[in-house]
Amino acid sequence: MRYVIVGAGPAGVVAAETIRRRDPKGEIALVGDEPGEPYARMAIPYVLTGKIGEDGARLRKAKDHYKNLGIGYRSGRAEKLDRAGKQLVLADGSKLAYDRLLIATGASAAKPPVPGLDLPGVHHCWTMADARAIAKRAGKGAEVVLVGAGFIGCIILESLVERGMKLTVVETENRMLPKMMDETGGDMIESWCDAKGVHVLTSTRLKGVEKEKGGRLAVALDPGGSVVADLVVIATGVKANTGFLAGSGLKIEDGVVVDNRLSADGDSIFAAGDCAKGPDFSGGFMVQHAIQPTATEHGRIAAVNMTGGDARYKGSLIMNVLDTAGLITASFGHWEQGEEARAADLKAFKYVKLAFDGDRIKGALTIGMTEHIGALRGLIQTRARLGSWKAKLMRDPTRVVEAFVSKVP
Amino acid sequence: MMMALHIDPKKCTGCLQCELACSYDNEGVFNPAKSRIKVFNFHDEGRFVPYTCTQCAEAWCQQACPVDAISVDAKTGAKVVSDSLCVGCKVCTIACPFGTVNYNASTGKVLKCDLCGGDPECAKACPTQAITYVDANWTGLEKMRAWAAKTDTGARATH
Repeated sequence: MRYVIVGAGPAGVVAAETIRRRDPKGEIALVGDEPGEPYARMAIPYVLTGKIGEDGARLRKAKDHYKNLGIGYRSGRAEKLDRAGKQLVLADGSKLAYDRLLIATGASAAKPPVPGLDLPGVHHCWTMADARAIAKRAGKGAEVVLVGAGFIGCIILESLVERGMKLTVVETENRMLPKMMDETGGDMIESWCDAKGVHVLTSTRLKGVEKEKGGRLAVALDPGGSVVADLVVIATGVKANTGFLAGSGLKIEDGVVVDNRLSADGDSIFAAGDCAKGPDFSGGFMVQHAIQPTATEHGRIAAVNMTGGDARYKGSLIMNVLDTAGLITASFGHWEQGEEARAADLKAFKYVKLAFDGDRIKGALTIGMTEHIGALRGLIQTRARLGSWKAKLMRDPTRVVEAFVSKVP
Repeated sequence: MMMALHIDPKKCTGCLQCELACSYDNEGVFNPAKSRIKVFNFHDEGRFVPYTCTQCAEAWCQQACPVDAISVDAKTGAKVVSDSLCVGCKVCTIACPFGTVNYNASTGKVLKCDLCGGDPECAKACPTQAITYVDANWTGLEKMRAWAAKTDTGARATH
């Protein structure tokens, strides 16, 4: 059996390893389009702070890991999928024939439609090459405009603050982390950032970037005039890498649409990770959850099915954990609506919100909590019935971990 | 023989010796906040429940780690965090559906039970045998694993 995996992020690497465990003799080609060994994008902020070297960001640390598993790792960029010929065409013209194909091409940083984003000094923070470019301009005291205060923006913020840069954050929505946090949470993070000397401008749009005399950049904002910067970092969302699938006949929305076996065609083509749009845990609807746990779970389940197994995916649960200049926040599931319990201590930067569906928890937000927070995932994903604990949690949602422990062992 | 921690909440008096022993052995301080085993106190039920990692077979923490910092100790089966590799991203803390991996802000790394290399201090320190280190087949491990399976996102060992 010939397996081709296009994309060497967490989904692709976990899939390749799982295929090897289940099919010792199959031929596996793992194709990555960035130089060097597969690495974790998630580790880039820590490379920027200097906490780890570039090697520390590698997905697998063992020497000759891929070679030892008989995984043919190669570099190349997918250009076209030839379904009739069952082959993947790469940009250099080479063709990879497959019996089973996994599309794990991930996502790329999206650019807002404003002028000046091609100027030197304007960067995304998405690839290792971006990190290198930022590090070059990010000396202590340098002035930086960070465009976008979503999850990725905030995680980069941490490393820019640690490097001692003067930071202005620009966010179109009316609060920081508009998708990951409610207003109470987003505002709490904003006042935390203010206290750290980070200048946050919400409800503010990037109009464009121009070159100033002396090589600095003038960043035009709407409303709010202009800010001068040595570096502009764009973190305004990501877009699934599905361009090479044009004309393939596969169903593409904001990701490759897959079924509960993670197959895109019900047969030989599968998709996993950031580029896939699959079932959601809570209700079966289709979602694109670009998070590490979803990528690795997708990769594993797709690989089981690619090797003749029959694993049914119960759906992804959106969850995130974030450290914004020392303030730790987490979100799980669907916290946006429904019956809820909240406890907030604005001065202490502590917040817990639980959203209920009957006597089950369907979503949660936390700020300033680092103990046992995974229990929230456990409670949501097992659909555990809280029984008498529901009333206790309505009175005091900070006792959620107790509720969990009293349910489990 | 694979060994595991066996916890019997009925025998726990809430003395917190396990938390002190754990934090002292692993972190060099008597500080329950740095313990990898935690005793929950259910005031209204008059009950104490010691709680720590189950060392699950296909560990979520290990699978979710983006930088390969969690590995299996071949001798004990414990899932062990390498401090030199951990970048402190905390993904394991939300991925573990038991909530037994915690972030330590003072070191910037995560903490979890590593069975003390096969000689767990919590079990030795427990005066009432609420925590014992026994043959894995004797523990309630299977029950917990069955519960864990409900959290699973897809069948694990299907053919």
